Amino acid sequence: MPSYVIQEKCDGCKGGDKTACMYICPNDLMVLDPNAMKAYNQEPNQCWECFSCVKICPTQAIEVRGYSDFVPLGSSIMPMLGTEDVMWTCKFRNGLIKRFKFPIRTTAEGAANAYNDLKGKDLDSELLSTEEADGYTLKAPNA
Amino acid sequence: MALPNKPLGEIKAVRDPEVVEKEVDILIVGGGMAACGTAFEIKKWTDASVLLCDKAAMERSGAVAQGLSAINTYIGTNKIEDYVRMVRNDLMGIVREDLIYDLGCHVDDSVNLFEEWGLPMWKKSEDGKTLDGKAGQKMGTLKAGATPVRTGKWQIMINGESYKRIVAEAAKKALGEENIIERCFIVELLLDAKEENRIAGAVGFSVRENKVYIIKCKTMMVACGGAVNIYQPRSVGEGMGRAWYPVWNAGSTYTMAMKVGAELTMMENRFTPARFKDGYGPVGAWFLLFKAKTLNGLGENFAAGDAAKAELAKFAPYGTAAITPTCLRNHLMLFEMKEGRGPIMMDTVTALATIAATMSKKDLKHLESEAWEDFLDMTCGQANLWCAQNCEPEKKNSELMPTEPYLLGSHSGCCGIWVSGPDFGWVPDSYKIKYKDKVYNRMTTVNGLFTSGDGIGASGHKFSSGSHAEGRIVAKSMARFVRDNAGFTPTIAKSTKELVDIVYKPVRTYLDHCNYTTATDINPNYVKPSGMAFRLMKATHEYGGGTATYYQLSNKSLEIVMDLLKTMHEDVEKLAAGDLHELMRCWEIEHRIWTVEAHLRHIQFRKETRYPGFYYQADHPGQDDANWFCFVNSKYDVKAKTWQMIKKDYVKIIPDA
Repeated sequence: MPSYVIQEKCDGCKGGDKTACMYICPNDLMVLDPNAMKAYNQEPNQCWECFSCVKICPTQAIEVRGYSDFVPLGSSIMPMLGTEDVMWTCKFRNGLIKRFKFPIRTTAEGAANAYNDLKGKDLDSELLSTEEADGYTLKAPNA
Repeated sequence: MALPNKPLGEIKAVRDPEVVEKEVDILIVGGGMAACGTAFEIKKWTDASVLLCDKAAMERSGAVAQGLSAINTYIGTNKIEDYVRMVRNDLMGIVREDLIYDLGCHVDDSVNLFEEWGLPMWKKSEDGKTLDGKAGQKMGTLKAGATPVRTGKWQIMINGESYKRIVAEAAKKALGEENIIERCFIVELLLDAKEENRIAGAVGFSVRENKVYIIKCKTMMVACGGAVNIYQPRSVGEGMGRAWYPVWNAGSTYTMAMKVGAELTMMENRFTPARFKDGYGPVGAWFLLFKAKTLNGLGENFAAGDAAKAELAKFAPYGTAAITPTCLRNHLMLFEMKEGRGPIMMDTVTALATIAATMSKKDLKHLESEAWEDFLDMTCGQANLWCAQNCEPEKKNSELMPTEPYLLGSHSGCCGIWVSGPDFGWVPDSYKIKYKDKVYNRMTTVNGLFTSGDGIGASGHKFSSGSHAEGRIVAKSMARFVRDNAGFTPTIAKSTKELVDIVYKPVRTYLDHCNYTTATDINPNYVKPSGMAFRLMKATHEYGGGTATYYQLSNKSLEIVMDLLKTMHEDVEKLAAGDLHELMRCWEIEHRIWTVEAHLRHIQFRKETRYPGFYYQADHPGQDDANWFCFVNSKYDVKAKTWQMIKKDYVKIIPDA
């Protein structure tokens, strides 16, 4: 299901410090044509349909069309990524629409505790830093 | 009109890139779950300098980029010994029990961190109902004793769309953005010029700027996933990208390590998961949560029949265990298909009707949502395929199909690199790798070189959580290694120019010849990486036990594919890249070819069929415990350019239950 960019909606992220889809694509597929200031998928048959570009696009300019070699035309699935939930709209070929909402995160973005102040004590033990801090005792197998 | 010879990508490659030389104490190659674990843990144990290089952006890189609907390894109230027994049985007896047990000791700590960071975990309510990750917060955390929603004995359900974003956020904060280079593809490791068998650095390039990186280090972890698109996939048009495992995993972990002489283990193992046909959506929740059965073309529940039981009995004790090993489940399915009793269908209709009979309308709606979330969290494309096929699972069954082969070490497969176990008395000496009399957990046979996640062989079933925990174990080992070897200064034998020449060779080849013909992709002086990728996939498909032959191969077909690989190694020297994206593809195909060679050499050496359902050695059918109940290791001799195949003793640590 390769991603595609809607001409009218893509502004090349000119308001941002980076082209969002190009930044995020795990397979380096989304590129910016600097003359047109539009992004496109440069290698559709290597698209994993991970929807990372769709979810990150600030202008909702990216959607996906099912792989032409096995997906009948006419359906679509579209996510709207919020801060706490993702909303999916799934449209069937026959017109049926299903909507789903799932949680994605229970903390504010950026709030993950990296334990930057935690310093391990015994480098020669096999305990990980947070295990050591919790007073965890390593088990040995019942052999 | 487009000009002829215009490179495909927008970032054109130039003949002479900028060179960036760096020297750090610790280098982390990769940015997936394992590398995020290392990044989170490392600064807690050392003040040494650390650098992480990721081919993509950590927020969405690696196998968890798309998200996951479950964490498949969480020990909880289970016994770690039982976890080892499960992995051992699934992988037909030959596994590194020290590594698996050790991982089992630490994996829950990573899962607890994920929950603290904001990953929503499903919980059981007091009256036994299922609560999603948001509603479930009122039950408290897993760490504080809340009950997760188990599907199988080891799996817990999550709302994991943003799993990787959350884990990467903590990793980046812990390591510091200034210590991370994204879009930097490391392509070769470098041994020390003065000390034998000692890692000293790596080279790579930016896929965003014409820039080559030469990085010296005292110790390194390489963890860049498994290998995908090494066999011709079942879909060869646009759908080629719809690989079950991430399509960008190019075997880089194995290839880079083997090319500096690291010993590999169990590279003959592979994984050909049975998934929903074409979309490759997950089946775990359907089997475990919804209790769905599979039917053959005659509508029979073949897996529960007497013939299946008799077939499984041939592979006792694995085949007769409570949970049938993954390869044998495939084996039963393939048997039906070959006998003309296909296609195999997942009976979603009966499964949902059975559950619905006991449920209120509201709960049923919830159940439907759960079924769709399973796809939307981790294989969005499968959800679209169902929409396109007008498939509502309560009304229409879906076909299952075993995929093309994948190589990996963290899922239900166990190929990878041979590493040291932890330095405990219960770990046999033969499993320990020492440097200057000290054991370093997860170190490869190359001094100072570590790996984790998909990189470590003979210890599958770690999945996302276990890979993260393993990355953390490696962080501590590397901190120790740097402390113990503070006096070491890495020296690179090759000059800067020589290294740039190696990395940018495909660019020079392209620029030297691209004007000879009128169409840039067809030129007698070079081959584009896409062409080479198809050549590799065709060879493995036909002669290496791909789907073309129902995963069967023979001594003769192995001989043929080895010859084909030999010419591929030669022709790789003529790969051409007009832009930086293509340069990335050139190096990926180089990595894939080496990985496949290791895979097939191992299959050639192991004269039995250890994993029926994953592959069949027609000249050596069945298992031969008398001769082959052992690990198969291999080592590429860097200087002599020869392969050595080694039998390694298996040691049983955990007794049968």
